[in-house]
Amino acid sequence: MTFIAKPKLHHPSLVKNKAGFTRRDYEGAVSTLCAGCGHDSISAAIIQACFELDILPHQVAKLSGIGCSSKAPTYFIGASHGFNTVHGRMPSVATGANLANRDLIYLGVSGDGDSASIGLGQFAHVMRRGVNMTYIVMNNGVYGLTKGQFSATADKGSISKKGVSNPDSSIDMVSMAILMGATFVGRSFSGDKHQLVPLIKAALMHKGAAFLDVISPCVAFNNHAGSTKSYEYVREHNEALNRLDFIEGREEITAHYEPGTATTVEQHDGSLLRLRKLGEDYDPSDKIAAMKRVQEGLASGEVVTGLLYVDPSPKDLHANLNTVDAPLNTLQTADLCPGTAALERINASLR
Amino acid sequence: MKPTDITNPDYFHKVVDCQWACPAHTPVPEYIRLIAHGRYSDAYMINWKSNVFPGILGRTCDRPCEPACRRSRVEDETLVNGKKEPVAICRLKRVAADYKDDDVFKRMPKAPAKNGKRVACVGGGPASLTVARDLAVLGYEIVIYDQDPKLGGFIRTQIPHFRLPESVIDQEVGFITGIGNIEFRHQRVDSLKTLAAEGYDAIFVGCGAPRGRELDVPGRKEAAANIHIGIDWLSSVSFGHTTKVGKRVIVLGGGNTAMDCCRTARRLGGQDVKVIVRSGFDEMKASPWEKEDAMGEDIPILNFLVPKEVKHDNGRIKGVLFEKVKAEYDAKGRRSLVPSGEPDEFHECDDVLVAIGQENAFPWIEKDAGIEFDRWGLPKLDEKTLQSTVKNVFFGGDAAFGPKNIIWAAAHGHEAATSIHKLLSGEKVEERPAPGVNIVSQKMGIHEWSYDNAPTVDHRFKVPHRPKQDALKDIMAEVELGFDPALAFKEAQRCLNCDVQTVFTGKLCIECDACVDICPMDCITFADNGDEKELRGHLNAPALNSLQDLYIGDDLKTGRVMVKDEDVCLHCGLCAERCPTGAWDMRKYYIEMTHAEHACRKQ
Repeated sequence: MTFIAKPKLHHPSLVKNKAGFTRRDYEGAVSTLCAGCGHDSISAAIIQACFELDILPHQVAKLSGIGCSSKAPTYFIGASHGFNTVHGRMPSVATGANLANRDLIYLGVSGDGDSASIGLGQFAHVMRRGVNMTYIVMNNGVYGLTKGQFSATADKGSISKKGVSNPDSSIDMVSMAILMGATFVGRSFSGDKHQLVPLIKAALMHKGAAFLDVISPCVAFNNHAGSTKSYEYVREHNEALNRLDFIEGREEITAHYEPGTATTVEQHDGSLLRLRKLGEDYDPSDKIAAMKRVQEGLASGEVVTGLLYVDPSPKDLHANLNTVDAPLNTLQTADLCPGTAALERINASLR
Repeated sequence: MKPTDITNPDYFHKVVDCQWACPAHTPVPEYIRLIAHGRYSDAYMINWKSNVFPGILGRTCDRPCEPACRRSRVEDETLVNGKKEPVAICRLKRVAADYKDDDVFKRMPKAPAKNGKRVACVGGGPASLTVARDLAVLGYEIVIYDQDPKLGGFIRTQIPHFRLPESVIDQEVGFITGIGNIEFRHQRVDSLKTLAAEGYDAIFVGCGAPRGRELDVPGRKEAAANIHIGIDWLSSVSFGHTTKVGKRVIVLGGGNTAMDCCRTARRLGGQDVKVIVRSGFDEMKASPWEKEDAMGEDIPILNFLVPKEVKHDNGRIKGVLFEKVKAEYDAKGRRSLVPSGEPDEFHECDDVLVAIGQENAFPWIEKDAGIEFDRWGLPKLDEKTLQSTVKNVFFGGDAAFGPKNIIWAAAHGHEAATSIHKLLSGEKVEERPAPGVNIVSQKMGIHEWSYDNAPTVDHRFKVPHRPKQDALKDIMAEVELGFDPALAFKEAQRCLNCDVQTVFTGKLCIECDACVDICPMDCITFADNGDEKELRGHLNAPALNSLQDLYIGDDLKTGRVMVKDEDVCLHCGLCAERCPTGAWDMRKYYIEMTHAEHACRKQ
């Protein structure tokens, strides 16, 4: 952390987006996380993504659980809604909030402890229900707040800072998410904003349950030799399947692609996911192939990153429940209570 | 790009824009911090060492440091509620002089035993005084010649006392003569040969540019009684010979001398005083603040008017006729003033002050004395050593390269003194000493630095002025009252501490991006290396100011390079605070020019 607030002075070329805000306007309070924490880079990526999407800060609800990662929402989009909920219970709160007001952009921020241990059940259900939200796990494989015990996502055989080998199997959040029915699943690395920022943008605009597993090294407790979540290890083993260029609805495509080097996935809302191929042929809309590729990566020790799975026609919780288009919290008594005459009619029909 | 060689003292010196821009390379941020601490005497001594005349310069300097100040590039108009402004460096210097301890002279050096060598200085202005100071402390015997009864040169004769009280000049000249081994002779030098015959080991010529340029128009001779050469007139006012001027005064010229003339005229009875310049208002040579001060005293500045004729009635001046011109630029951007075709303008007046430039004049240097001159009448000199074509004769100040200013005179003085000392010590004059550099990390604790690293968003504070009606009544009353300690503290806090450098050690870096994310100016990028032009366009924020360097750090595990755009860095230290491995550190670079005292290997 730092003792002084980030100075308000900024680069002379800082520009405003269509919403009338600069990137700096999407910042939050100054971070109190340890120096070098990957979470701060993810916060910076979220700030960049929201700025580029011209999002109105007051249209965002950011919710989190408990842990280092769950502190992070304080450090971005200061002018938005949200709070730290109960440990592992962010998905329930997000589900409730989403039910009450479907018009907001929901951003759930959690960690590997919050989501893979105490909140694993909640995580599974929010995915299978298709709550329209972006669920980001800042995954460092370690309990940072309690000084460095293995978390449930720590790889089997990885070595702790004190030299102990992890005997337990790890939980792969990406596999879990695909299995549970998430309709947008990606993995990235806090140290690669070029990959991360477009993924966050696409996830925020995805109309369904979007999940991002972001490897985020813990500099204090999990950045040593033998760790599989260190900056060095992830850089060495990062196997990026694709580079995403998220293209919003009606915008003209200006990027140039050599034939056969890109795949386009058109989503139901008209937005385009343009994926630059990196090496192998990979079709992220093929769920079974995606699960296979992810498992292959786990078996070979690769950190498979990129947009791993996307359902271009997602259905979300509100569609499944067939709710009205208006946010439920805006419905008035007149909308909800049909009145005595209607009651009489119903009663009469039952007599 | 090649990794930056930070062992070259010039690299970080250049980052300290103010110090780099100062001809004497005064360590500005260091003395500003000392002022903020209330250590005025320490701040004064730093100045005294570098620029010799802190109290004088703190009122009169042309301040090349201020346009260079990084603050004027990074401020945000909306945040500071006004336009981007540099730190008031010059007026903070005055604070050090105003509030220094009375016995600060005790900290100044005293002349040691004489070394048997004698140096003559021609002219008693700032250049000669600087030479005298630098050499007297080494045991040289100095003799300064001047035609005026007191030392100071143009500082004393040209600058009105309402801008620079005489007591300040007396004190700072006294600090130099107080060293000892300095003799002042109130004597005009009429012959270089005669002077040389007195057996001096070296001669320094610091006689200024003493001749005011003449106005060559019809009627000039006939109306001579009411047409005065600006610098001579100011000098005459300064010594009390001139005490009055007509009610309607025209000042011709657009430099700082013109500003001094018009403001002086306002105090000697001039009621309708105006400045009339050939060029456009914006191209005037006068410093913007001096123009502001003149206009603040109800003196209009009329531009694009070229004097054509002085109208008179049998020698009794009526006024001046001006031709109206406009600026035209050729393909190369060179300006010429051409008649605009509008009718001539006539301005009535009782007196005309001519301040259209100064010229060098060396009538006392015999043609066969060995000193060669160029076609502009300036001595042929080595630009660095200031040595003339006679190896033991050196020039400095306005006498060297034409009219400049006091701070250049001091800078020349230091260089000439170094040259003289090297010559007389049998060393090569052209081998110049490197500056002294002291590098210290400013880290005091995990989040603590030994300097105030949080930049303020205060707008530049104005120096309080004496009320106009009082100021105009008394020619001796100083207009500027100077910052009081509280205002000085606030203004000092606007300094960004550019001498506290961001030093990067690549092999410690784990490329976590923490510095990139926290940097308020987006000036750090980790990128694949490329040529400079390519890199400048591909950074997190474009580096458009090519006058400012990119700091390139290598030794990174990914093979990329760290690129930092020095241009806009706030030196807030957040990169170093956020760095988990100490790859960034904030280190203070105290860079001090090496003067004569330490210039020779044989001491």
